[in-house]
Formats: sequence, structure tokens, C-alpha cells
Amino acid sequence: MKDERVEEYLEALYKLTEDGSPAKTSEIASELGLSPSSVTEMLKKLEKKRYIKYKPYRGATLTRKGRREGKRVTRRHRILERFLHDVLKIKKKDVHEQACEMEHAISDDVEEALCRFLSHPEECPDDQKPIPPCDKDVESCAECIEEEKKHSRRKRELVPLVDLKNGEEGVVIFLRGGRGLVRRLADMGLTRDTKITVNKSAPFRGPIEIQVRGTKLALGRGVASKVFVHKKVAS
Amino acid sequence: MKKSISIALAGNANVGKSVLFNELTGLTQIIGNWAGKTVEKAEGTVNFGDYTIHVTDLPGIYSLSTFTIEEVISREFIALEKPDLVVNVVDATALERNLLFTIQLLELKRPMVIALNQMDLLGKKGIEIDVEKLEEMLGVPVIPTVATRASGLHELMQAVVDVVEGKVSAKGIVPEYGPQLESRIEKLSSLVAEMEREYPTRWVSLKLLEGDEDIEERIGRKDESLVRASTILREELEHLFHQSSSEVVASDRYLVVGRIVSDCQQHITPAKLGWGEKLDAVTTHKVWGYLIMAGVVFSIFTVIFLVGDFLSVLLSDMFDGLRPLVINGLGGGPIADFVWSGLLQGIIAGVTIALPFLIPFFIFLAILEGTGYLARIAFLMDGAMHRMGLHGKAFIPLMLGYGCNVPACMGCRVMETHRERLIAVFAVTLVPCAAVTVVVLGVVGTYVGIGYAFLLYFFNLLVIFAMGRIAFKVLPGEPVGLIMEMPPYRVPTHRAVLQQTWARLRDFIVVAFPFIIVGSLILEGLRIGGLLGPIGDALSPVTVGWLGLPVVAGVVLVFGILRKELTLILLVALIAPQSMASFMSPVQMIVFTLVVMFFVPCLATLAVLVREIGWKRTGAIVLAELGLALLIGGIAFRVFSFALGSG
Repeated sequence: MKDERVEEYLEALYKLTEDGSPAKTSEIASELGLSPSSVTEMLKKLEKKRYIKYKPYRGATLTRKGRREGKRVTRRHRILERFLHDVLKIKKKDVHEQACEMEHAISDDVEEALCRFLSHPEECPDDQKPIPPCDKDVESCAECIEEEKKHSRRKRELVPLVDLKNGEEGVVIFLRGGRGLVRRLADMGLTRDTKITVNKSAPFRGPIEIQVRGTKLALGRGVASKVFVHKKVAS
Repeated sequence: MKKSISIALAGNANVGKSVLFNELTGLTQIIGNWAGKTVEKAEGTVNFGDYTIHVTDLPGIYSLSTFTIEEVISREFIALEKPDLVVNVVDATALERNLLFTIQLLELKRPMVIALNQMDLLGKKGIEIDVEKLEEMLGVPVIPTVATRASGLHELMQAVVDVVEGKVSAKGIVPEYGPQLESRIEKLSSLVAEMEREYPTRWVSLKLLEGDEDIEERIGRKDESLVRASTILREELEHLFHQSSSEVVASDRYLVVGRIVSDCQQHITPAKLGWGEKLDAVTTHKVWGYLIMAGVVFSIFTVIFLVGDFLSVLLSDMFDGLRPLVINGLGGGPIADFVWSGLLQGIIAGVTIALPFLIPFFIFLAILEGTGYLARIAFLMDGAMHRMGLHGKAFIPLMLGYGCNVPACMGCRVMETHRERLIAVFAVTLVPCAAVTVVVLGVVGTYVGIGYAFLLYFFNLLVIFAMGRIAFKVLPGEPVGLIMEMPPYRVPTHRAVLQQTWARLRDFIVVAFPFIIVGSLILEGLRIGGLLGPIGDALSPVTVGWLGLPVVAGVVLVFGILRKELTLILLVALIAPQSMASFMSPVQMIVFTLVVMFFVPCLATLAVLVREIGWKRTGAIVLAELGLALLIGGIAFRVFSFALGSG
């Protein structure tokens, strides 16, 4: 079993390196509320375990292994936040701390079950503002969906619209993206439970054309990857 | 004395709204811009019985949110200018999506009449609509029309008059949404009612719940706490439904619409594939689609350049013939010279560019748009355009740019958001127009080799891609991908095509001409004042020191701002009797051409830019391109000197 402290570090590093730049010792220290010297010491240990690459004065970056672990913990954290907030109605300001405690204790199965129970949450509740769903989460969500495919025997699959082939049908489950984009897509008829059919797609990563509410709509690939649908499986 | 009525035409794009407008107003149209906005405003009048009906054609939109400038303009016009009546043009073949907009219009609480258009296509689609039932459910008169055959228009105008005279009710039934949404609208409404007078209370409350930035700002100026209250209610909704509030509202609206549609619409026979569907399949095919597109684009350009070139030469010769007449007519001397070279030359410049090249281009463009093929091109090119930070719709203005940057910049209006429009405009101004092509072929093509000319074009394309990407990264705001309706193929009416061509052409004349003339006058003044030499000298540290060009080049480049192809004509004139080859080395020619390519847009383009994106951004683009031209020119000078050996 992994050390809780290691997990905390990887979670912090995952968050700090999300923008692609190395995390500085001072940043890590303030994120975790520790002194820079103890952080430096721990970073060396993490490097030995091949979780990170650490360069003095430049900072730490996660290795592939470290990233995977960091992402796993982060995801658990965010899913737990949603659960605490949405289901147990814990106050927003308290969910972060509580989730920090719980994230180390749950198993993969529990995490997956929670994720499904919350129908693949898109955002964590404790950010101050009405949160723009961050696309960094897309990766983890797609992964989760991937998992669901393996484990569930349900006939329907949750996939981004881009993954539908020509002629396949689906039902819109949720939209991702900034307010402007979501509003436009909803205005054009892509609201929850709407039936859509993929007519055709252009080559060279071009747009796809869908049939929705009696009209034909062309969606760029980027846009179509933000529309998640339940694929209708031919029986 | 006739009484006057004002009506506004509103509706989705591609529903035949413009055709209806053309049929109604005919030659009385005035096409302009909305005050301070770069959106076309079309107005006209109809005489009907005792009334003169003033018609304003609002832009084709899908919603009344703030996603596009057009949407804001439309809702402000309807709610604030309060036309006597709104005519909502609805595509009968896509009732569901169209009615979403209709019920938003109903919420603006203006008297309304619906023109249920394209009734002739219903049969083909196997749909039947119960018009009376629709009328009853929406609470406004619904008049079936076929705009392309001008049928139903009399009835439509009669309905308008009946409503205005109070004979028929057109109040409309404002839809009721789900209880969660309704209870929150109610909570907000009592607060909103106290301060908002111009927009309807319920509509403002709904917009606040949707998180409409524009309305939030408007209300926030009067009372911050109301915005905070609405934010809380909005977040409640979002947590309740696990969706953004705008999705919640749109879902509820579609529920209402769904009920209406299922009560009023019946599918009778399964639709058969028509010629339009077959054409659609071929023109978006992954192989045939591209081949057809290449063929269409290539033939259009060939025709434009052939026709344009022919007319251009013809017109130039004609004006040259006029020259002695004018100069003698004015009694000769420097004043006559000034009038000719400054004033008339400027007008001639405009005429010889505008008429020959732009008219055929605009005609083709209107045909492409009218048939619906433009949407197919955007569909095919979206993938490629994404690599330069734009989406498929930007391909058309970019292509236009190779003809002339002026209409190309105006063409960037197809981009929905300010951000996308700015990137597209920037990319367009880097496209070498026909005039720059003259320089590229005339200098590098002729004296260095045609291969080098192609190389320069290729390099230019790379730079456009790179700059597009940079602009994409640097500019603030949410990037928006392609979301575009694919209209069915149809045959455009020649009237619509001509009217659109004329509107665009007039735009060009009004905006660009004055600038070309003023520029002409200034440059002619400089020449007569003997200031060209000093300007050349003053620029020599840059032109000679950094770019390694002859001193004369400075003056020539300044002229290039007026008209790009003047650079070549002037260069030849200034260096005579020397030949180009003995005057400039191949390296200098390449550098010179590169600078002309990326240099500041010409005056006419600048004029349009200022109108489209404002002074500040135009300034930024000018500075960026000036810097880019100098940077590329300077580097090219050094690299080529090293590679080819300085000659």
C-alpha cells in the first residue's frame, strides 16, 4: 500500500504541473503547508522511487508513473468532493479537507462505483465560482468510461460524439466546455436526452454532420468531442 | 395620407427570410450597417392598402443569447426600438429548431405574426402541419408562405395590418417551463420588476438565470445585489440538474417546443432521396467532394481573373485616353496635373480594381451562398483550417483574400465571435492579393525564377499558419469550433444574387473609395512638394541598412500602402532607364518582394479594417505586420546573401 504522504505529494505535484511547467519547491511547500527543506528531502525520496524528476532550482516534474498515481489520487479527491457535496450535502468549504482525508482510504472498486453513481461528474464543487468544467478532466472521464465499458454489461455505452461512426445513433447525456459553447450547442438542439444520428464525417480530422431535431448540423471535431452520448447498440 | 407601420423580420438563418424581404420590399431597400456594429442592416418599405409598412430585416440567428453580435442586435432592436410588430419567419420543414427561436421571441412580448415559410417543401419531406392548431398553441397568427414564389405575401401583409388595427390578437402565449425553473423565475421577477422598464420582466429574469453576461451587466449597473441573488439561484439550478443553467433553460424550451410540434405536425410518407440529397452526398464525399471543390474554386478564380484582367485593361486604357482631355480641359500646368494624378487617379484606381475583379467575385459568392454550397466547402475545409486556429467558415474569406483583401475582411463577418473574427481578419491581411501577385510574378517570377515565386507563396502560407496559431494562443476568450447548419441545396433566385452583389459592392465603394482618393492626394502632394527624396533618405537606415535594398525602395514601399501593384510600376518608373536586373540583385528582389508581401495592408483594406475591428486593433495589426515584414525581410537578406553569395 502506498504511503499517504507520497500520495499527498503526488496529488499536489499533479495539480501544480498541470500547466506543463515544473513545480518549484516553494510552490509545493505552500500547497502542502510544509517547510521548503522538508519538501526538498521528500522530493529526493520520490525521485528515488521514480515518481518524479527533480532538478535543483528548476523544480520537479512527474514521470509517467508519478503522473498516473497523481492523477488517480486527484480523481478520487474530486469524485469524493462531489459525493460529499451533492449526496451528503456537506458544505462546500468543508468538502476539500474531508476529501483529502478520505482519498487514501478507498479502493479502486469504490472509486469506480462512486463515479458511476454520480454519473461521471465533470467538475469539483469547491471552486469559488460557477466552475468552467476543466478539460484536463476529460482524460480521466474518458478513462472512467473506458472502465465502465469493460465492467458493465449494459447495452449502451457513454462515448464522445466523435467516436460514433457514420449511421450510428445516440442520445445526448451531457455537454462539456465553456458557457458560450454549451449555450450554443443547447440552443442548436443538443440538450440532454436528445436523439442524434451521425450522417457523415469529413476526412483529415474534419467535422462530422449529425441529424438532430429534423435539421442537419456540422460540428467541428473539437466541438463533437465535448458532446457525450449514450450510443445505441444494435441488438 | 398613408399611415405607417414598422415591422421587423426575425428568424433562423437559411429559412428564406432574405428572399421574403426581397420580395416584399423590392427596389426600396437600403442596405447599411447597424449603428456602430459591423452587421448588415437591411431596410425597405411596402405599400399595402392604407399603410406604408417599413420593414427591417434582422440578421438570421438561432437564439437570443449573446453568443453572436447579431443576436444582441436583434434582441435590442425588438425590445428597445419596439417595432409595431415582429414577423417571425419559420422554416416549416424544420419546425422544432425554428420554434425554439419563436418562443424566445414570444418572451420579448411584442405583437407577432408568423410566416410559415417553405410550405412547398413539406410534401417532399413527408410532413404535414396543422396551421390552425399551431396558431392556437402559439397565440399568434400563422400565415403559410412560399417566399421563392412570392406566395402568401399578401395574406401576410393583411395579417400585419389586421393585428395593428386590433382586429386580430397577436399577443402570443408565453410558454411555461418546469416547476424548478418557474419558481426561480418568479423569485427574481418581483425584484427585476422594480428596476427594469425596457425589457420584459420575465425575460430579464430568465436571462439572469441563464447567466447572460450582457443582461447581468445591465442589471448590475443598477443593483449589484440582484445579480448576486440570481447567481445563487442559478447555482441551485445547476446543482439540481447537473447541467449549466443555459442547458436547463434550453432543455425546458425544447420540451415546450416538442409538445407543440407533436400536436401540430404529422409525418405522412417516408422521405425519398431528392436531387439535393444526392448532390449533398457527392459534394461532401471524402474524395469526390475535394475534387469538386478544387474544380469549382479553380474555375471561379480563372473566370474572375480572365474577366477581371480583360475589363481592367479595357478600363485603364479608356481612362488613359481621357487623360489629355482632362489636362487640357483644366488648362494644363501643375494644378491640372495635381487634379489628374491625385484626385482622378485615385478614383480610377478604385474603379479599375472594384469593377472588374470584385463584381464577378461577389456574384459567384452570392451564388455559392444561395445554393448552400458554401456550407459544404466549410465542412470539407474545417480540418485544415483548425491547424491555423480557425474553423471551416474562415476558408471563404481567406480564399477571397487572394483576389482582394477588402471584401475578404468584410467576409470575415461569417465568423461568429469577436475573437474568431479577429484571427480571421489578421490571417486575411497576410494573404497576397491580386495586386501583390503582380509584384511577386513581375519581380521574382520574371528575374529570379518562377520556382522562387512559388517558394515565396509557400513560405507565405507557412507564415499565415504560424501567425494564425499565435493569434489563436494569444487572444483572450473561449475558442469556438465549427457549429454550422447544413442547409439543403436549393436554386437561388437571380434577384437575391444581384441584390447581394450590389449590397457588397456598395459597401466597398462607400468605405474604400474615399480613402483611396485621400491617399492619392497626399502622395501626389508629397511628390509635387519634392518630399519623396527626403522620405527615401529618412527611411534608408531601415531599407538600406537592415534590408539591404536600394534607397529608392523606401519611397516605393510607401506608395505600396496606397496600392500594392503600384510598387512595381513605380519601381520601374524610378529606376528607368536601368533595367530591373542591373538595378537589383536577385537577393534584393526576393527581399523586396517578401517585404511587399507582408507589409502593411493597403489603404482600402485599412479603411475596412478600421470599420470592422476598430482603430486600436487595426493599429496592432499594422504594427505586427510592419514588424513581421521587416523581420522576415532582414533575415531573408542575411540568409540569402550567405547562401547565394551577395551579388
